[in-house]
Amino acid sequence: MSDNISEKNKRLVRKLVIVVLLMFGFGYALVPLYDVFCDITGINGKTNETAENEIAYEIDKRREITVEFMTALNESAPILFKSELKKIKVYPGQYYTVNFYAENKTDKPMVARAIPSISPGLAAEYFIKTECFCFSEQTFKANEGKTMPVRFVIDPKLPDKYKTITLAYTFFDNTEKSVKK
Amino acid sequence: MSAVAAENEHTHDHDDHGPAKGIMRWIVTTNHKDIGTMYLIFALIMFFVGGTMALIIRAELFEPGMQFVDPQFFNSMTTMHALVMVFGAVMPAFVGFANWMIPMMIGAPDMALPRMNNMSFWMLVAGILLIASTLFMEGGAPAAGWTFYPPLVLQTGNALPFAVFAVHLLGISSIMGAINIIATILNMRAPKMTLMKMPLFVWTWLITAFLLIAIMPVFAGAVTMLLTDRFFDTSFFDAAGGGDPVLYQHIFWFFGHPEVYVMILPTFGLASTIIPVFARKPLFGYSSMVYATGAIAFLSFIVWAHHMFTVGMPISGELYFMYATMLIAIPTGVKVFNWTATMWKGAMTFETPMLFAIAFVVLFTMGGFTGLMMAIAPVDFQYHDTYFIVAHFHYTLVPASVFILMAGGYFWLPKWVGNMYDEKLARLHFWLSAISVNILFFPQHFLGLAGMPRRIPDYAVQFSDWNMISSIGAFIFGFSQLMFVYIVIKTVRGKDCEKATDEVWEDAHKHGLEWTLPSPVPYHTFATPPEKIPTEHL
Repeated sequence: MSDNISEKNKRLVRKLVIVVLLMFGFGYALVPLYDVFCDITGINGKTNETAENEIAYEIDKRREITVEFMTALNESAPILFKSELKKIKVYPGQYYTVNFYAENKTDKPMVARAIPSISPGLAAEYFIKTECFCFSEQTFKANEGKTMPVRFVIDPKLPDKYKTITLAYTFFDNTEKSVKK
Repeated sequence: MSAVAAENEHTHDHDDHGPAKGIMRWIVTTNHKDIGTMYLIFALIMFFVGGTMALIIRAELFEPGMQFVDPQFFNSMTTMHALVMVFGAVMPAFVGFANWMIPMMIGAPDMALPRMNNMSFWMLVAGILLIASTLFMEGGAPAAGWTFYPPLVLQTGNALPFAVFAVHLLGISSIMGAINIIATILNMRAPKMTLMKMPLFVWTWLITAFLLIAIMPVFAGAVTMLLTDRFFDTSFFDAAGGGDPVLYQHIFWFFGHPEVYVMILPTFGLASTIIPVFARKPLFGYSSMVYATGAIAFLSFIVWAHHMFTVGMPISGELYFMYATMLIAIPTGVKVFNWTATMWKGAMTFETPMLFAIAFVVLFTMGGFTGLMMAIAPVDFQYHDTYFIVAHFHYTLVPASVFILMAGGYFWLPKWVGNMYDEKLARLHFWLSAISVNILFFPQHFLGLAGMPRRIPDYAVQFSDWNMISSIGAFIFGFSQLMFVYIVIKTVRGKDCEKATDEVWEDAHKHGLEWTLPSPVPYHTFATPPEKIPTEHL
């Protein structure tokens, strides 16, 4: 093989290796890109992660929206978790408070985190929480049970096509992870 | 002194070097033909390992109820079968053909980076051994499906880190192989072999190699995220820490969809190389074939979420991915049309490679059509994760990729070893394969449409009949493949075999440079680039 070709090969390989490294980086870049994309388009059903200030909306009494509440546990976490109401009919613009109940079923202290999700996903940006147990990790003493309020409002700008909104919470047992920290 | 001796050594003509003797020849070889042979033998062994796993699956599914294996092991089998077949059999087999044929097809003396070539082969072996070792671990082999979806995959036992590192090794191996192929094709062509005169097998591999270097690093990144999620408390895919499991599916299928084309594009290239020889006509629409391949490769990057229609995408997303996916049918249709048009009014003969190639055109088209059915988002909600998808991708992989690999084997084996294979036995192998593969996979369409989910060890009784038929087909198909091994060994030994002529197939020298070489091919070829290149394939 002449030196000329082997020099050409080396240059080409260098370029291709750079492509490989860039694509590895691109894989990781997809993580923040995904969050930004979901944020802009609002398609992921994520609600506000910190408390919003309570501002007064004009109450829209022309229509009622059904809000359903669902509770779930991740990997059968040892928690009793339920919603006081299965569903509630609400007027857009009016504030409501509903209660959830969670109980640590172990004899040890527990750190747990509830993650909310709204469906249909595109309705999430009109569902505003001013108070929620999901804004931070919850600590439970051994066998402790807690009633936890959620205060929310539906933005009257919610498009007419949405008649029912489902708010689902999944509780994750984070005890092990927080011990490590 | 020694420097002088080495100098003298180098002034010799390279052609009279034979291969080194003994086992070290294979371990340290940098010869593209040796490495190609090793890839092909390795792929064939893995084809039987993966096939055995498939037969365990089909044996369990022969009747409803639990028969032979427990559900955890059954799930390990579906997962390992896929990993072994994709990364151990089909991909290495095509790399084997690339190693053997690309230098000979473009008039180069060897691959551009022979040592890296050796290294990529042995890393492949290491990767496969690593993943195979998980079968004997506490907690069993990975059982969450070859797609490794979290959170389920994070419940894998000790096998998870081994599976992740195996993916890294396999990824590095394919990336090195791909870089080598690109460098060979771009820098090592004979002066008169311009890009638009290259045989289509070379073209499709060039494009495939670019796909590989674009996607394998992304997959390596995704499994690394799984690893850190499990062991280092990151939360890429853990909702409790602000991550999202659906994100994994997006990253995976950004890799996964081009990956399935990594397995089918060289198939297209091989078919386009074989069919003209036996139709005794130039390939119809050479340049449209090249552009169609490029178009398919490009589209493969922008359709990934059609694997995820049911995760809860907004309607606009479903529509986009639906239409983009259907677009792929156009370049693919161009290809099927061209193969058919190549055969049209050709002086066709039906030797075994051609039989496999024709079966490929017919059966791949069926697999393509079921793909088109599933591209329709609302319909996919019913087909998703049922046996319908299993039938679909097996039609595009077994009677397509695997059949074409068999065709390639029969096509070039006489050139490689200098002996003709036993045509009668080979045809029997073909007919057994072609009939049994349909008995095996066709009923799975019905099962899927009737609602039988995939990846389950037991099923409702109404699925019994078609499962039984499918399993019978599986066993006939599996055992027929042993004939291939027998035929290959017989041909290599050469006892009672006809000697192959230099052109092997009538007028093949008009179709490709490799047929201008003597049979069997010498250990070193094209030390000086060829003067004339055949243009019949244009």
